[in-house]
Amino acid sequence: MANPSTVEPTRRDMLFIATGAVAAVGAGSVAWPLISQMNPDASTLALASTEVDVSSIPEGGSLTVKWRGKPVFVRHRTKKEIDEAVATPLAQLPDPQADKARVKKPEWLVVVGVCTHLGCVPLGAPGSRGEYDGWFCPCHGSHYDTSGRIRKGPAPLNLAVPTYDFLSDTKLRIG
Amino acid sequence: MSGPSTFVPQSALGRWFESRLPLGGLVHSSFIAYPTPRNLNYFWTFGAILSFMLVAQIITGIVLAMHYTPHVDYAFVSVEQIMRDVNWGWFMRYSHANGASMFFVAVYIHMFRGLYYGSYKAPREVLWILGVVIFLIMMATAFMGYVLPWGQMSFWGATVITNLFSAIPLVGEAITTWLWGGYSVDNPTLNRFFALHYLMPFMLVGVVVLHVWALHVTGQNNPTGVDVKNVQRDTLPFTPFATVKDSFALVVFLIFFSWWIFYVPNYLGHADNYIEANPLVTPAHIVPEWYFLPFYAILRAIPSKLGGVMAMFGSIAILAFLPWLDTSKVRSANYRPVYRVFFIVFVLTCIGLGYLGAMPAEGGYVLASRLLTLYYFGFFLVILPLLGMYETPRPVPATIADSVLPQGGARLQPAE
Amino acid sequence: MSELKDMTMKSFKSICLALALAGASITPALAAGAGPSPERQNWTFAGPFGQFDRGQVQRGFKVYREVCSACHSINLMSFRNLAEPGGPEFTAAQVKALAAEYKIKDIDDKGEPVERDGRPSDRFPKLFANSAAAAATHGAVPPDLSVIAKARSYSRGFPMFLIDALPGVAYQEHGVDYVVALLNGYTKEDDPNWNAYFPGNMLKMGKPLSDGQVEYSDGSPQTVLQYSRDVAAFLMWTAEPKLETRKRTGLNVMIFLFVFAGLLYFTKKRIWADAH
Repeated sequence: MANPSTVEPTRRDMLFIATGAVAAVGAGSVAWPLISQMNPDASTLALASTEVDVSSIPEGGSLTVKWRGKPVFVRHRTKKEIDEAVATPLAQLPDPQADKARVKKPEWLVVVGVCTHLGCVPLGAPGSRGEYDGWFCPCHGSHYDTSGRIRKGPAPLNLAVPTYDFLSDTKLRIG
Repeated sequence: MSGPSTFVPQSALGRWFESRLPLGGLVHSSFIAYPTPRNLNYFWTFGAILSFMLVAQIITGIVLAMHYTPHVDYAFVSVEQIMRDVNWGWFMRYSHANGASMFFVAVYIHMFRGLYYGSYKAPREVLWILGVVIFLIMMATAFMGYVLPWGQMSFWGATVITNLFSAIPLVGEAITTWLWGGYSVDNPTLNRFFALHYLMPFMLVGVVVLHVWALHVTGQNNPTGVDVKNVQRDTLPFTPFATVKDSFALVVFLIFFSWWIFYVPNYLGHADNYIEANPLVTPAHIVPEWYFLPFYAILRAIPSKLGGVMAMFGSIAILAFLPWLDTSKVRSANYRPVYRVFFIVFVLTCIGLGYLGAMPAEGGYVLASRLLTLYYFGFFLVILPLLGMYETPRPVPATIADSVLPQGGARLQPAE
Repeated sequence: MSELKDMTMKSFKSICLALALAGASITPALAAGAGPSPERQNWTFAGPFGQFDRGQVQRGFKVYREVCSACHSINLMSFRNLAEPGGPEFTAAQVKALAAEYKIKDIDDKGEPVERDGRPSDRFPKLFANSAAAAATHGAVPPDLSVIAKARSYSRGFPMFLIDALPGVAYQEHGVDYVVALLNGYTKEDDPNWNAYFPGNMLKMGKPLSDGQVEYSDGSPQTVLQYSRDVAAFLMWTAEPKLETRKRTGLNVMIFLFVFAGLLYFTKKRIWADAH
């Protein structure tokens, strides 16, 4: 390859570098569509919000609805449950959050029913509500209280609160 | 030509690994040091282009499979969802659909190149037969892929082609029912075609590896058809010479490919396939994809069901016997003036059959199909065997270097 | 030597030409029969740089909505599509209001079937439960129009069908031209079902459009010809909602590939300079 000419080596190198750079740009541009196609598609992004009629839920009872493929718990809390949630000192909470920051109306608690540990659905039927009278996740033993806050077990965070609105006293729109 | 590798990695770690699994040596001897005849023209870049197309089809295909639903109620709609809602879905789908056509464009050029330069002759018979196997798997893959969008042409194409098997005496009906998984093309058929369409490209990869292996054992043919006599004078190392040439050819091919994807994406398809499959209504003209048309014309040229099917499969099977049908000692048609004429007529015959395959099977078209079918088989069964005995070839250059280097190759390849 | 090369090149050229011909030997399917060929329209979305005329697509939607939608669905489209870039591009508020005018069959949270107001994320509803129901109502099945502009075509014959694929003169608008021709093809005064462009000439759909039927607010002529062009453009968009993105991306890809090919050409020359 030894060529004594003085100009050629740089011109030659420039050419090779430019070609290589353009090839890299090309590979990158092709990679993007291949990655992007796995993101939620337009129909998923536009997915409808879910409307729930809560008039039929008795005090102390709850309803599970599906929203974006996940369960959402709507619980009609009793006076006692509300008081418990409000009275809990924030210092006792692994993920401190006041109850009133988690509800729009105290008697209605709306949370995404996915354990923040590894994604199981916690149990919430009377008798299996765990030590704090909220939810109990059977997979790895996380206990949530009546505000859906983590109290005991491996889960790091409180149950998430989805965006929702009361369309009327008994009509709820999630999303 | 691909003897034990002399490759020695530079790093100690590399040497440690190489002595346990000689991967570097394999790559080095196959794609870096591999000697390529120095007189190859651009027709020899289609091997690389085809490798690229296979990988591209597999990648876009896997993407499409992530969004497609192989069920008669959802297939058509899911394809349209891909076109509308999936990020870049239209690009994936148009690339895949037109990619099939580009794959065949490249494979036909590759095959005609082999036919012209006698690349199938000893010692490359196995290489050629592996190529025929690849072609067959490609056709099966393409056919099943075309069924998946579940349009009218998908459905009726599947119906007509699977019915070919009913021509087999005694067991034909049973085989057809078995293929369908029912009494007509229906959901079980669609579902299994999807599974097989996903499987076959990986079988292709396997056979392609054998094809390349066989190539690297015998070495490439070249436009003179003369064997490599002196590796120093007659060949150049694969990298950088063939690598950069193949890359350039590939990018030019991609320009061609992109034209179809971005500007005329539906040209090679059929309008009927945008109508959802309807088992109660057959379209006025059932026409296969362009790459099947010559074979479809042969099928229709024979006025008997079994005869037509046999002629059609025979027209492909006969390629596997080519190395023994051609009796000429000279490989390249450059030095076979008479064969060259017959070859050109053969190419035109294939095109003619392609045109006739798209025309209605009536009147003069049928007669023309029969004449061309006759020439197609005559070329292999009569012309090639006899020509080798009676044709006087022109003198062949003594070495590859003589054909390309000035003054018999005064300049040698540069030192690596 | 050079003579040899010449001859080889000649064969190559004939092979190339041959393959190009073979590659293109397909017949655009359906329609036309023995009838006249549809007249070629002047579309803004044709050609490598083509884009939809927003006003035209919006008018086309109006025609669809006020006339065609009585019998024909566009079930592959969602209301939200009307606000997306590359189409009529109505505002989100307009689309929301429009969607609310439609009744969508749904199941409520008690599992009861209900009809609720449409939302932008809903599809345009199907008009019939299945094709039997459609046939029972209309005597024939009115096709869904979502992809109709790509599902219809006509044969241009040899050699025009080859030329239609070529850069510069590419012609991809067979289907949408056919739609315009069909809507203007009711040329027998005494027979509202006779259509010059429909295969077999007897079309179950009687002449659907008449002058002045749909009111335009932008001053465009309120004629059958204008209506048919507008609605055809709208249907081209429903068939190919990503048309503008596709052509724009194509331009970038082409520029990139030509630059890349040029660089590779010189790189190849440079590397091979020592070899020959």
